[in-house]
Amino acid sequence: MAVPDVKENFSGTINEVTIGATSEEGGTRTSTVTIGGETGYPMLGFEAEYPHPPAFALEISTAGVEGWHDECRKHLADVAGDLGAWAAKCEEWGADMICLCLDAAHPDNEGRSPQQCADDVKRVLEATGLPLLVWGTDVDEVDNNVLPKCTQAAAGENCLFGTAKEDNYRTIAASCLADNHKVLAEAPSDINLSKQLHILLRDVGVDLADMVMHPTTGALGFGMVYIYTTIERGRIAALSGDRLLQQPVLVNIGKEIGRVKEAVSPAQADPQWGSHEVRAPLWESASAISYVESGAELLVLRNPEALRQAKTAIESMWP
Amino acid sequence: MALTGLEIYMLLPRTNCGDCGVPTCLAFAMKVASKQASFDECPHVTDEAKEKLGAAGAPPQKLVTIGVEKPLKIGNETVMFRHDEKFYNPCGIAVLVRDTDDVARKAQKVKALSFERIGQVIEVDTVALECASGDGETMKAAATELNQSLAGMPMVLIADSSELLAASAGALAASRPLLWERGGPSDALIELAASSGLPLVVEGDLEKCAADAQKAKDAGIEELVLCPGDVGPKEGLQFLTITRRAATQKSYRPLGYPSLIRVTSEDPVAQSLQACHYVYKYAGIVIMDTDQPEYILAPLVARQSIYIDPQRPVQVEAKIYEVNEPDEKSPFLITTNFSLSYYSVFGEVDGSRAPARILAVDTQGTSVLTAWAADAFGPEQIKKAIEKSGVFDQLAEGYRRPVIPGLVAVISGELSEEIGQEVIVGPQEASGLPRFLKNEWPKLVG
Repeated sequence: MAVPDVKENFSGTINEVTIGATSEEGGTRTSTVTIGGETGYPMLGFEAEYPHPPAFALEISTAGVEGWHDECRKHLADVAGDLGAWAAKCEEWGADMICLCLDAAHPDNEGRSPQQCADDVKRVLEATGLPLLVWGTDVDEVDNNVLPKCTQAAAGENCLFGTAKEDNYRTIAASCLADNHKVLAEAPSDINLSKQLHILLRDVGVDLADMVMHPTTGALGFGMVYIYTTIERGRIAALSGDRLLQQPVLVNIGKEIGRVKEAVSPAQADPQWGSHEVRAPLWESASAISYVESGAELLVLRNPEALRQAKTAIESMWP
Repeated sequence: MALTGLEIYMLLPRTNCGDCGVPTCLAFAMKVASKQASFDECPHVTDEAKEKLGAAGAPPQKLVTIGVEKPLKIGNETVMFRHDEKFYNPCGIAVLVRDTDDVARKAQKVKALSFERIGQVIEVDTVALECASGDGETMKAAATELNQSLAGMPMVLIADSSELLAASAGALAASRPLLWERGGPSDALIELAASSGLPLVVEGDLEKCAADAQKAKDAGIEELVLCPGDVGPKEGLQFLTITRRAATQKSYRPLGYPSLIRVTSEDPVAQSLQACHYVYKYAGIVIMDTDQPEYILAPLVARQSIYIDPQRPVQVEAKIYEVNEPDEKSPFLITTNFSLSYYSVFGEVDGSRAPARILAVDTQGTSVLTAWAADAFGPEQIKKAIEKSGVFDQLAEGYRRPVIPGLVAVISGELSEEIGQEVIVGPQEASGLPRFLKNEWPKLVG
């Protein structure tokens, strides 16, 4: 009795989304990133196509590294005060993209003005040739003031801007449409909420092909598996033809790692867990790999060592 | 795979006697197919038919038991995605020991790979002993010592030939090790496993595994483990996926067994990440060649995560939890008994090193907003939980002020009236707690 054929064929494909624009495309990026395009479940080279490996962004923040955990900060001591230098360093470390977080605009921080934020965006665009993801503050009023200025400042660069949420998507959608950027759509851990948000965005004119979805993120052992399953469910629906879920998936891992005791607790406090220097980046790269297993295509990290580890591992796994 | 109604009908006497209580055999068969009736309810069914149906009703992937004292049970999986049902039997995570190692020292290292996490023990639960000496007696001595010092921890015995395995297999037979002859099994090993009743690894590509599994089964060996050999993570995932699909979707018996895989990279970071890869995607046993906790912790947590039952919210006991030795002036935080909610709060408080009490209110394991929307996390329920906990007796005057999640700020007024104390609205997310405890709490209590 021959081994049965268990290959699965799907009618749907994950959207290919390109972020960044080179000079030929009207921008100033020296490279672009394309994610998505898979025709099957993650990493099964015997039955499906995987045109683009997952892309990795390193996060930089307008508020510096205050509150970031020490094992991550130690890599950033020289650059954290200078966004441009920081971004350039990330490029050197092998990031595919820069994730610029506008944390300084948050009212709990210095409440940086929209114009200052736009200047920050410009500074980063000048300092690096990598494509840019710009992440707001998660405070609706602030985002609605800040992001339009920033999309304008980055016009022509084909950035990814986030996040659009069910109760705050109009301004960011309009700004991205006006300045030709992609939209990061965030809905917490539920494919139906994601679909709903994608419909809302489509209704105000954003093409389904210009969205990346963020189902929110938990670190390994801290809610990862809930999101993992959300992504898997979404992926099954997408491959079966549901166009409202065919957007590639982003997870924002770096900032979650600081909450994980296994990653941040020093070896003196928890000697049973072994070397802290190993654990900290490994928790971040292991979380990243976990999400790639479920289907994520764009992963935001903080620790350059985790970036190196995850990229090396993906290289050995990706079909 | 379950039989269809028509297939079951073909196994019945087809006399329409009605003795089963259903007027026709076809109607009865349909009921059996939809699991509303049992095949046994037909008094006239033949033994041969029973056997056929029994085989069809057998789980698509065999349950394999390794070890005796604290056995590792793997297999019996039914789905490819945990949300379709759940993943049933957590894979073994094994550390590789060579018989040329300092076995006593290795055993101590392996023993230390046991941790407590969200109320569960997560640990290396299997050990793999490889014959690197090329001498069966050396291996036997190492196997015996490991078995003793690890109190019968389930063991995989690995050697290049059945001759090398024979001594250890004989010495440890009562502890039920898994026998792995590299590239095997040879006929000699099949005979050995059959006569000793031990589980066996079949190694090779899919066709070879299927053929060898059939051969071993014909020799009377029921419990087998499939192994693709020393492959990288791409081929490994492919093998694990295809064998799992062949079993669960096609009821293909020759591959209806759990799988074992050994991570091949020498770099411990790569090992750790590959081990996670295999834990998520269908391994029955993952063998790692490191005994350092920093590399093993992530795969252990990956295993703990992926084997959570997705249909049942994971709950913690609804009670007061004391973190970092609180005193009568420490903050008193309230959340739900949904484990993710509780452990998010716990993690932040613990991580910030601030002493506090956390009350997990029984919301049947639902999160803060879900519970609030379902009326399970309102002023009344919280008041009851506070009273039941007796926490106010442990708090000084002026400190009996519960901190509620910012997401349910709307209930603060009513809750305050209910309990006759001021209620403090905390941050919306647990992640805001360190800042809250450091900056805001001291101001609030003066």
